[in-house]
Amino acid sequence: MSKHRILSVILLVVVAMIGYFVYASQTGNPRFAKYAFKLGLDLNGGTELVYRADVSKVKSGSVTDAMSSLRDVIERRVNIFGVSEPIVQVEKSSLVSGGNEQRLIVELPGVSNIDQAIAMIGQTPQLEFMLLRPEAENFTQEELQTKTVDEVFLSTGLTGQYLDKAQLEFTNQGSGQISGQPLVGLTFNSEGRDLFAKITKENKGKVLAIFLDGSAISSPVIKDEILDGKAVISGSFSQDEAKQLVRNLNYGALPVPIQLISTETVGASLGENAKTAGVKAGLVGFALLVAFLIIRYRLPGIVASVSLVMYVILSLALFKLIPVTLTAAGIAGFILSIGMAVDANVLIFERMKEELKKGKSVYDAMHEGFTRAWLSIRDSNISSIITAVVLFWLGTSAVKGFALTLGLGVLVSMFTAITVSRTFLFAIAPKEHSRLKQFLFSNGLHF
Amino acid sequence: MSVFGFNFGIDFKGGSILEVSYANTRPSLEATKADLDTLGLGTYILTPSGQNNFTLKTRELAPAEKTTIIGLMSKDSANPAIEQRFNSIGPVVGAELKNKALVAIAVVMLCIVLFITFAFRKVSFPVASWKYGLATIIALAHDVIIPTGIFVTWIHFYGGEIDLLFVTALLAILGYSVHDTIVVFDRVRENLRIHHGGSSKPSDTFEDIVGESVTQTFARSINTSLTIFITLLALYMIGGESTRDFAFVLLVGVVIGTYSSIFVASPLLVVFQKFQKK
Repeated sequence: MSKHRILSVILLVVVAMIGYFVYASQTGNPRFAKYAFKLGLDLNGGTELVYRADVSKVKSGSVTDAMSSLRDVIERRVNIFGVSEPIVQVEKSSLVSGGNEQRLIVELPGVSNIDQAIAMIGQTPQLEFMLLRPEAENFTQEELQTKTVDEVFLSTGLTGQYLDKAQLEFTNQGSGQISGQPLVGLTFNSEGRDLFAKITKENKGKVLAIFLDGSAISSPVIKDEILDGKAVISGSFSQDEAKQLVRNLNYGALPVPIQLISTETVGASLGENAKTAGVKAGLVGFALLVAFLIIRYRLPGIVASVSLVMYVILSLALFKLIPVTLTAAGIAGFILSIGMAVDANVLIFERMKEELKKGKSVYDAMHEGFTRAWLSIRDSNISSIITAVVLFWLGTSAVKGFALTLGLGVLVSMFTAITVSRTFLFAIAPKEHSRLKQFLFSNGLHF
Repeated sequence: MSVFGFNFGIDFKGGSILEVSYANTRPSLEATKADLDTLGLGTYILTPSGQNNFTLKTRELAPAEKTTIIGLMSKDSANPAIEQRFNSIGPVVGAELKNKALVAIAVVMLCIVLFITFAFRKVSFPVASWKYGLATIIALAHDVIIPTGIFVTWIHFYGGEIDLLFVTALLAILGYSVHDTIVVFDRVRENLRIHHGGSSKPSDTFEDIVGESVTQTFARSINTSLTIFITLLALYMIGGESTRDFAFVLLVGVVIGTYSSIFVASPLLVVFQKFQKK
């Protein structure tokens, strides 16, 4: 029994320290500030944009690559605008969703001006090199007006995806042009260089047009094979335009076109209200729960309450460390897991009560109570974990948040109910029989 | 449910929802509606919400259209409409979310049957273990259908809609209900073992054993449900507007879930056993 007492003290100290960590990281202690709760957009305010990526022109094998470079590009772009902790992620259409779309989800915490956010992302230029179709050379001006881009030009597969960098250059004297005209120099990465060499080798004498955001800005003729992976756009732009284009290209040209399909904005004050109300409800609910447990189960009720407080502290610390983004649905999952943590304690205590009624000593009854209740706790919690795993696997983002907090909560609750409650109860368990102790351990209200 | 129909939210149907607030008193509903009618938005729903807010539900809006609407709602420049929340979901995404939610619920149910069949594999006498799973699923269906029915009736009278949060609530009920049912079944499993060992009363029928198990777990079921009920009640009463409907569905679900493990799942076991005998 002294073993249990020592263990209880250690547990209390460790959890108290973790509790301090949870508290300190939330109240602006600079040492732990990076562990503050990550709050979802619905609680913190912000914007979520969902884009559909048009990958119809990408070879099926390289869709994943194209999407991840799209993500990188947009992430870079969003970062420039100083949004704190943006999340940019690719959502693959899963086997159940039916459609076969590639999506990009952009979450911008704290940005509630959606027009600004869309502009931020939409400004990214899309660069593509296209060959003039042979038959198109004979088109008249009128015919060209009515044709679509695809009817006149042939895609080469060389896009901004392969761009290494862009830089501002100027035309030299003696090159047949007016000197000092701004140019945009492009340098491809190694893949792009090979592709560019291949295209220029096979299509000597043809027109290779450079498209920016769907319109041709320059249509030079290929004179010779280009091996060094360098190209120049000599549109007729002003120096400022050229500068801006270089900057935009460097921040990233989009490898595939995107289209906005869904948006969600929550104002900061609305999120703030939801947060305060949620915290208040949580505190009141928890206080009521503790009161109920103590009235109903007396001393074990107090133990259960301590173990629940520890459960909450451990779960919250885990949410901070992983970190889990808390949303309204996530908090709901957590509340449900509190319910299951309580249930584990209730199961054990009810079992103890039964054993006590059979005339067993408090110590034996406790022992039996834990052993017998364990199977119920294990099986019911496994089923909850299965639910959480399936939902996390299949669910959409809101459901995922719910599944994650529920699953983690259930795991932690199994630990606290079995280990913590058990250690404490054995630590204070009386060896000898006395009426006072029998009273303390038995049920308050008879059912 | 079939009478009142499902009022799907934009999560599942596609569309836009815009909430604006005013620093001072909001303009009159009629005047705002008259302004909005000029835009040709098709059918829309404008409702006053909170202290000084308006919530507008429409077809899917482009960002530019939204800006126009806010401009229209801010006629009094001293008291402009401030955007609080704007969600816009394309119809394809909406349909996909609905599919995903349904598939998720179905897969969860399937996994649970498999797990219960496995967990109760040692007690296949006198009722095969997969029947425990089947009984659980019937209880589950019961637990999902009844709160849905009550919620649909509720929103018919008090307003509201079926959105992602509602589906999350259903999933929570699902989890809780299985949890509750397994506790009762576990007791049946344990009692069967004791009786099978021939220790106490070998003459006990399966029906008696199930009955006994329900009685033994009754106090626990009520107590656990009460604690969760208390927590949810707090969430419902003071937990803010956005989670009120959610808490309501859960409250109904907890009551139904407790009821069903005692009065649906357990009797079903006995029914299965009797059916088997014949």
